[in-house]
Amino acid sequence: MENNRKAWLYLLPAFLFLGAFLVYPLIDVFLYSFEECYNFASQTYQGVGLYNYSYVLHDPYFLQAVKNTVLLVVITVPVSTGLALALSVGLSSIEKLRELFQTIYFLPYVTNTLAVGLVFMILFKKTPYTDGLINLLLHLFGGPTVDFIAGPYWAKMLVLCIYTVWVVMPFKVLILTSALASVNPMYYNAARVDGTPQWRVFTRITLPMISPTVFYLIITGFIGAFKAYSDAVALFGVDLNAAGMNTIVGYVYDMLYGNSGGYPSYASAAAILLFAIVLTITCINMLVSRKHVHYV
Amino acid sequence: MKVTLQHVTKQFPGRGKGARAVTAVNDFDFTLPDGKLVGLLGPSGCGKSTTLNLLCGLLKPTSGKICFGDEDVTQLPAEHRGVGMVFQNYALYPHLTVRQNIRFPLENLRGKDKLSKPEMEQRVRDAAALVQLEELLDRKPSELSGGQQQRVAIARALVKTPRVLLLDEPLSNLDARLRLQTREEIRRIQRKTQVTTIFVTHDQEEAMSISDEIVVMKDGVVQQIGRPQEVYDSPVNLFVAKFLGTPPIHLFRGEVHNGRLLLGGAAVLAVPGVPEGPVTAAVRPEGFVLDEQGPLACTLNGVEVMGRDISVVCRHPDCENTVIRAIISAENTVPAGGTVRFALKPRKVFLFDADTERRIPFEA
Repeated sequence: MENNRKAWLYLLPAFLFLGAFLVYPLIDVFLYSFEECYNFASQTYQGVGLYNYSYVLHDPYFLQAVKNTVLLVVITVPVSTGLALALSVGLSSIEKLRELFQTIYFLPYVTNTLAVGLVFMILFKKTPYTDGLINLLLHLFGGPTVDFIAGPYWAKMLVLCIYTVWVVMPFKVLILTSALASVNPMYYNAARVDGTPQWRVFTRITLPMISPTVFYLIITGFIGAFKAYSDAVALFGVDLNAAGMNTIVGYVYDMLYGNSGGYPSYASAAAILLFAIVLTITCINMLVSRKHVHYV
Repeated sequence: MKVTLQHVTKQFPGRGKGARAVTAVNDFDFTLPDGKLVGLLGPSGCGKSTTLNLLCGLLKPTSGKICFGDEDVTQLPAEHRGVGMVFQNYALYPHLTVRQNIRFPLENLRGKDKLSKPEMEQRVRDAAALVQLEELLDRKPSELSGGQQQRVAIARALVKTPRVLLLDEPLSNLDARLRLQTREEIRRIQRKTQVTTIFVTHDQEEAMSISDEIVVMKDGVVQQIGRPQEVYDSPVNLFVAKFLGTPPIHLFRGEVHNGRLLLGGAAVLAVPGVPEGPVTAAVRPEGFVLDEQGPLACTLNGVEVMGRDISVVCRHPDCENTVIRAIISAENTVPAGGTVRFALKPRKVFLFDADTERRIPFEA
């Protein structure tokens, strides 16, 4: 009993902190999402109901944002994880210059998102003066000029995906190379003595052994991609709705502070919807992983 | 399958600039008879594990030749040598069940060796039966005891009917009782399968008890090869004499004079044909005979009763061991204290050159 009281006492600061800055806002957002026409200034609302959700779900901007976000998630998570895995396996199997390459691959992680966005814009943007470096390359192969930043939807989506993959890759490579290094080499020796082909060693030994890490990266990758916002801003500027490249988080932000701002109720409803989507996807991930992830 | 090592040498490059290469195995030359169990024995760092890795192909020799039967396998990579290997930590794949672990090598077979599913299942079951694991096939390695894991590792190594079975310190991770049991088990399985088996150990008792032949190594150099009893009874040098036997052999600073061995000035044994001069005399614990008229006088420390035998703990000024433990039959009565006198059994006494540490033979 005495011990218990002490334990609670020690936990109290953390509880207070988390309660004030995490639990309370969460509950508050949930409440806002049901309060119709909530007004910041007067702290008043006109009714309670599902109108906010109905509004958001019928808002074409929101639907566009959901479409963009889902596409971004579906494309970038598998591509970045797969690519990171391939790179990490490559990095672990070379001996010379490994550390140099590891450093190079890690550089994007410590680079500012907006600065990188600027560089991507210079690479991809078509201006009255130049078509941009990527278009020059396309011309080299006889391709047409594409305006990636202000052009067709698929071109903008492509740039956003490439950019996102490029930005999230270093962290995944870092985590995966250390996971690969932690696999005891005796398993590889045993597999060699048993005459195991390389590919089978990878699929039957390496992959299951690093599966908890891969799973971790997939889960955090999903969550991270669903919360994408700054990447889109870096490439397409702050008026994402106009560019047709808004994301769900971007929509929430716009509802709160953007040009059309001042709608905390709609913002809360959108945020709760995002939360529901992420929660569902994570649960599905967890269920699927049970069969394929080996915690030893 | 006869295994031949011809002048096999393995050097590892030294660390850092200008470092000298390290010779882990030096000119290993030995033919392993077909179907025998051979123990590679030596202290840590003597090159026995390197030898095993050379045999299984995980390492390539710097020079020399390795043959399985008449086939030269020196350049053959591990994948194609057809050896079964039991690793020191078993290296069981933790995410696979026992059944999947044992089946793993079979699934790698390609071309004409490829097995059908029922054939594989049969082979797995046979291997599991051989090591008495049938009931545990659906468990994960983490749910098994050390001894059971060891047996899974053996089954996995044997399931593809290897040409040679290699075991790296197979008993070092087991507790004392399990070790006794498992070594009998290894002996039984080897007898039954008749597969040429080489196992590495630093435990001389282990090697002696189950091997048909033992190879004693030190610093990458083979010291002696022979049947365990042979090597025990007639070690070629001081290292081999010291390495085999528990309690360890006793070393005395002695001198040979007029064909007699002098220990502490007293002539204790006739050693005809041995040149005059200082020698190291080594006496096995069972080489002492309690004798009131015996020439070797020691100061008695005490007596340890072990049931069948007793061990007389005493001291001698010229003995290099801190205490002498003479193992004698429990039927003897030992005086309560003071001085205890021994005669020596000539066959249990070995003389070594004090400088070269090589054996000096004499007619016992």
